[in-house]
Amino acid sequence: MLPVRIIPCLDVRDGRVVKGVRFRGLADQGDPGELAHAYEEQGADEVVVLDVTATPEGRGTRRDTVAAVRAGLSVPLTVGGGIGGVGDAAALLEAGADKVAVNTAALRRPELLTDLAARFGSQCVVVSIDALRTGDGRTDSDDGARAMQWLDGPPTNHRGAAESPYEVVVLSGTEQLARDAVAWAREAVDRGAGEILLTSIDRDGTRSGYELSLLCAVRSAVRVPIVASGGADSPGHMADAVRAGADAVLAASIFHQGNWTVGAVKEALVGLGVEVRPNYMAEPARAATPSPVAAAGTVPVPEGTP
Amino acid sequence: MRSVTVVRTSTANLASVLTGLERLGCRVRTTADPREVADADRVVLPGVGAFAAAQRAIAAHGLADSLRERIDRGRPTLGICLGMQLMARGSEEAPGVPGLGVLDGVVESYEPGEEGWRVPQMGWNLVEPQDGCRIVPRGHAYFANSYRLATAPEGWLPVWCEYAGRFVAAVERGPVVGCQFHPELSGEYGRALLVRWLEA
Repeated sequence: MLPVRIIPCLDVRDGRVVKGVRFRGLADQGDPGELAHAYEEQGADEVVVLDVTATPEGRGTRRDTVAAVRAGLSVPLTVGGGIGGVGDAAALLEAGADKVAVNTAALRRPELLTDLAARFGSQCVVVSIDALRTGDGRTDSDDGARAMQWLDGPPTNHRGAAESPYEVVVLSGTEQLARDAVAWAREAVDRGAGEILLTSIDRDGTRSGYELSLLCAVRSAVRVPIVASGGADSPGHMADAVRAGADAVLAASIFHQGNWTVGAVKEALVGLGVEVRPNYMAEPARAATPSPVAAAGTVPVPEGTP
Repeated sequence: MRSVTVVRTSTANLASVLTGLERLGCRVRTTADPREVADADRVVLPGVGAFAAAQRAIAAHGLADSLRERIDRGRPTLGICLGMQLMARGSEEAPGVPGLGVLDGVVESYEPGEEGWRVPQMGWNLVEPQDGCRIVPRGHAYFANSYRLATAPEGWLPVWCEYAGRFVAAVERGPVVGCQFHPELSGEYGRALLVRWLEA
């Protein structure tokens, strides 16, 4: 396993970072370029920029925001919001994105994921899934037990085989589809998505922790990396998400409002037994230090080892 | 001010590479002209996308000979991610499509034998240069790849990494470097690497 990535998320509207609760009541949090740069300095492993209003108003993510963030950022940048086709994705990549996150357009036309993967490679294509717990699944107290239950494989329900109590919601949380979130995750990966940005709308902005049973359910369905999103308020929540199967944890409120720096989160995670990327320290004098891997270089690699 | 020429193939997202070099004070230009690639002081061959499409773009612009020649002559050249893979003889991703062939090996897909290895490899991994490497430091670098070179090519100094088994994270031969990871996305570590390459 790789060190868990800590990913601050910038929800952008009209060139400013905003944050709401359950996608509503957006409040100004600052300049995207300045915030992204500050988070990199703190140790962010990646930054996500989502234009939260791009699709409802029928316009693309603003390229100037992406370019401004890119100019001050030397860690990966994922951009989502209003990507309707390959042309939109190409424009964002050219402006400075390293990965594109697609949501609404991929649900409407799943072949878009295939087209994007063919042109840019799967490692460039993130499917963003906003999931809402439905009906019988709506309880907040039994996540632990539920998570363990999911590890043995999800049960089935009225929506068909291997389904979950989660439905997909599109258009920034304003329209609910009768589409199972786990089934959609699997299809999106089959069609070319190389990563899943998995947001629980029930938890978004609530600071009540990630939706662990959702993470477990999707983890058991796909082998691409999963970025957990929605509800983080503490390193403890992040450690829980990692145990539930997340490869990266995304958070907005706790970083924007200065409760935690990325560095402080990483320190706390190490204390909780979660591996994170250490800050780079230049080697003082390299000639004299033999590398352990160089010594191991004479050991033959067993047949069949990739 | 150092001048760096970045090879423009239609598949690559160039902004990260360009801004990364500009932040280090480089004068950067992009080109797909074989003459300019042959004559440039320093060339970066970036890469995001598919092996076959990138190789087609290199062939369409007649860039293969310019790239091969400057690498053979030991002129400063940096292949990044797919750019490194294009230096190999070929790739499992595109059987039958020849690479530049300056690295004697074929790029293979990850075949995770154990549970828990995600494909693509997406994130920061520790790279360990073999003794004698002068440009690629030890540290965590950012990877985003589904394919990799598993064995060290003859005549190059390898930089090793582990992901579902050992693989070649980078190769060096003088000022010619191929990186499977993205130095332009590797924060402080990547800056250190790029500065060394610019001084090589």
